[in-house]
Amino acid sequence: MESIWEYRMLLLSGTAVTIQLALGSLALSVILGLIGAAAKLSKNRMSHRVAGAYTTLIRGVPDLVLMMLLFYGGQQIVNDLGTATGWWDYVEINQFIAGVWSIGFVFGAYMTETFRGAILAIPRGQIEAGISVGMTPLQVFRRITWPQMIRHALPSFTNNWLVLIKATALVSVIGLHDLVWNASTAGRSVREPFTFMFAVLIIYLLLTACSDVGLRWMERRYNVGVDRA
Amino acid sequence: MDGASLQRGRRPGITVTNTERTLLEYLVDISENHSPLDFMLIADHIDKFFYGALLTLEVTLISLVVGGLMAIPLALARAYRQPWLNRPIWCFTYFFRGTPLLVQTYLVYYGLAQFDVVRESFLWDPVLSSPWWCALITFSLNTAAYTTEFLRGAIENTAKGEIEAAKACGMSTLRMMRRIILPSAFRRALPAYSNEVIFMLHSSVVLSTITLQDILGVGRWLNGRYYLAYEGFITAMLFYMALVFVISRVFRLWESHWLKHLRPRETVEA
Repeated sequence: MESIWEYRMLLLSGTAVTIQLALGSLALSVILGLIGAAAKLSKNRMSHRVAGAYTTLIRGVPDLVLMMLLFYGGQQIVNDLGTATGWWDYVEINQFIAGVWSIGFVFGAYMTETFRGAILAIPRGQIEAGISVGMTPLQVFRRITWPQMIRHALPSFTNNWLVLIKATALVSVIGLHDLVWNASTAGRSVREPFTFMFAVLIIYLLLTACSDVGLRWMERRYNVGVDRA
Repeated sequence: MDGASLQRGRRPGITVTNTERTLLEYLVDISENHSPLDFMLIADHIDKFFYGALLTLEVTLISLVVGGLMAIPLALARAYRQPWLNRPIWCFTYFFRGTPLLVQTYLVYYGLAQFDVVRESFLWDPVLSSPWWCALITFSLNTAAYTTEFLRGAIENTAKGEIEAAKACGMSTLRMMRRIILPSAFRRALPAYSNEVIFMLHSSVVLSTITLQDILGVGRWLNGRYYLAYEGFITAMLFYMALVFVISRVFRLWESHWLKHLRPRETVEA
């Protein structure tokens, strides 16, 4: 136990990196999810197909594979492009960026399904009513679709977020100095890997438990005024 | 193997002469020098990928079976709120569902060696020092935790009338469980279970982080050996996609067979 206390700063800084990574990928995944849902619901056949391919691809490929492809392969592609066009010099894709992009990309597909379902759950008449009183599409989105979409999307969003937090652990495999990486390094150097890994598990448990409680509270808030079946 | 043959584009056994070029050599030349992906190199090592796929499937399937069998009694105990079991089982599932599988696997594989008791026990030599067994144990517990929770949901949602009917027929609790509750709960849990199977397959990439040569492990090995950036990962990606495709097809067949009674009727009689 003393060793944990001795290395507390390392664990804390690792936790900070993990949280930043999770929030960054969450932001990206929400953006991608909204775009994906819009594409899936649009009447344009092309965008429909692209979004469909995106969600199928993600369902088929494990996140670590995409992460490694992006970290090792993306680096080469970006630099080959830079050399060919002469637009940029050597670019380094660091582990953090590769992590945010790959996790965000993967969970963007899950968010697409979440948001699509949530938008479909809003009665069509409400949107038509909004248009009929002269709202612009943006106003319809901001005042009618968005607030109700959140309510319908929250349960599945909570689930996605909990899975996302756990997915951040994989970034340690490509060498980002996150919680898992720091803890396994410290654990090896003091020869107490079990103690440190257990500490990591507890920290992850705290993160997931806190977000679980927080998001449940939000679910109750957004469901105020809705009859419970 | 000499140093030069380790480099990209030089493989032992294939030399191109000026006088004659067979189709194979022509393909190798295109693959090495013109194509963005060195597909001939992948083709040379495709057998390793198939072995990797075998390992991935082996660990995934065994842990799904073991975890699934563990989950049935656990889910029953949770659904019927067994006073001494409900709480501990809840703690078990909460712990395993709230933490990353990667860290759980590290804890078992790297962590347990910290204790002399474990290293000196009879389990150490054949089991706990082997990455295969460590992965299998962790994966089984992990999938057991997830399966317990959705199976509990399915058991709790059994229609009240079915249970009352079973009681009215004079079935004992055990027989009712075996004939009525579990079969209908399994059916309702099937869609959730297909997700769990695909998730387990995705999670099995953790195998490659504890020195095992699963699909991703082979991809990483190939890239490391020939200094490649994406050939190995793209091949691994295609393998995983094929596996997921087959699994979801199989589940769709099962769902159309076992959940037939839940589909809306297609023909309406006049």
